[in-house]
Amino acid sequence: MEIDPFIFRLSIFILSIFIGYYVVWSVTPSLHTPLMSVTNAISSVIIVGAIIAALAGETGIIFGTANIFGFLAIILAAVNIFGGFLVTQRMLAMYKKKKKDKK
Amino acid sequence: MISANILAIFYLISGVLFILALRGLSSPETSRQGNLFGIIGMTLAIGVTIISVGNFSTGFLYLIILLLIGGSIGAFIAFKIPMTAMPELVAGFHSLVGLAAVFVAISAFLNPEVFNLGKPGTIKISSLIEMSLGAAIGAVTFTGSIIAFLKLRGIMSGSPITFFGQHYLNLALGIILIGLIYYLCKTQTETWFWTIIVISFLLGVLLIIPIGGADMPVVISMLNSYSGWAAAGIGFTLENTALIITGALVGSSGAILSYIMCKGMNRSFFNVILGGWGATNQISSSKSKEQKPVKSGNADDAAFLMKNASSVIIVPGYGMAVAQAQHALREMVDALKKNGVKVTYAIHPVAGRMPGHMNVLLAEANVPYDEVFELEEINNDFANCDVAYVIGANDVTNPVAKSDPQSPIYGMPILDVEKSKSVLFVKRSLSPGYAGIDNDLFYRDNTLMLFSDAKKMTEDIIKNL
Repeated sequence: MEIDPFIFRLSIFILSIFIGYYVVWSVTPSLHTPLMSVTNAISSVIIVGAIIAALAGETGIIFGTANIFGFLAIILAAVNIFGGFLVTQRMLAMYKKKKKDKK
Repeated sequence: MISANILAIFYLISGVLFILALRGLSSPETSRQGNLFGIIGMTLAIGVTIISVGNFSTGFLYLIILLLIGGSIGAFIAFKIPMTAMPELVAGFHSLVGLAAVFVAISAFLNPEVFNLGKPGTIKISSLIEMSLGAAIGAVTFTGSIIAFLKLRGIMSGSPITFFGQHYLNLALGIILIGLIYYLCKTQTETWFWTIIVISFLLGVLLIIPIGGADMPVVISMLNSYSGWAAAGIGFTLENTALIITGALVGSSGAILSYIMCKGMNRSFFNVILGGWGATNQISSSKSKEQKPVKSGNADDAAFLMKNASSVIIVPGYGMAVAQAQHALREMVDALKKNGVKVTYAIHPVAGRMPGHMNVLLAEANVPYDEVFELEEINNDFANCDVAYVIGANDVTNPVAKSDPQSPIYGMPILDVEKSKSVLFVKRSLSPGYAGIDNDLFYRDNTLMLFSDAKKMTEDIIKNL
């Protein structure tokens, strides 16, 4: 009997939830806002689905309905990826330690 | 073209890089490196996907153009947005992830062959379930985040909108959704698929409108979690490891943040979701309107008190964000430090409109993060501190939460501000806070009320120092 590939994916999913659980609990509360913006950015990895939807399929057809939804999703995800990572970067750059008295 | 196995390995690597990105946030020193891992992971995932599709015709050109357009919009927003508007921004970004998930699901449904899911009309049942779940959660995330965005932005009133039978309606819609997914699998009819999306859009709106402004930290975290689950659903459909890992990470991250926020208010998750405080408690607050003596002072008094203190704890809240007082506050603290006063900051978990909101604002004003403490770390220090300067916070300092079992906020962990020798409370009026209850602290002997705008008062104090 072969195991359905779905079971493998489910295993990855469940184990990732546990990884997420432990990793996120160790995030310091002062970085919870950057945590939200970075999780937002990485969840835009959904763009890979959008790219496949937009580009794959019969050659020659770019503006089939399915492709158009793919292209729309690409724009939305791109806003999120760039916006999410950059705003996280901007926030993290502001977190500074106490300067040693008198430099 | 690269083989499916190699592709899967690359997606796994991106997934691992995303885990490292979150891991980096365990301390500010490693966080920037973590963000870099995230960017590498994302670039890798996009790169290998483009190579694997192997279509470098006109479509590829459009892809690049759209990436650039979307990317510049994103970058523009990221650089322009003021830090005080971070909650709205995150809500807005969540809505985009949700909508993107819906679009990808639609695309997969209309053209399943490119994702190896079978032909239209004979899509695999498991894929249908996964994509409709992904689309439904994505749609709820989309409209829910839009409502959250409007409320945070102040375009829509922050007060809860409730009506009779609301929760039963939501429950009914949820049941209808499950029924529709069942019929979709049975008949593969396109109409059901569209109906699922429309009902989910509606459900997203209905779920968020009854939740009030100060409960927004929970809502944003919850929507964060939803956007993760939506991505995971799509990940299962597309058999993509990177998406499944990321979805699970984001989903659990949002769930943990919601939990932390609920604990910070001593309320259950369902209590928050099922609707606002404000509406029911205003009645109880109005009956205790007898005049109690209040001591009020001016900037001069405040400056005098703080200058002669040996330690001061600052308690910032949402009001500081509204008044944009963080920079003035930092200047005041600098002036105090010059006088040899020890100053620290105390932050309640639910201060502000999103998790960690106050920390970001203080960081923006160049407050070193090792002067900023969480509730558990600093709460014992209030007893030994001379002055507590409460700026823009209210309910999170209300001692009633410890003393009055009748109070709606009873049991909520609060900052023990009342234990400090004197309390300076910056507030525009004596009006109750969001929870609609009077703050006992206003009438304590050791409290001096400073009736003014947070920023103006802080600036006036600087002048008097």
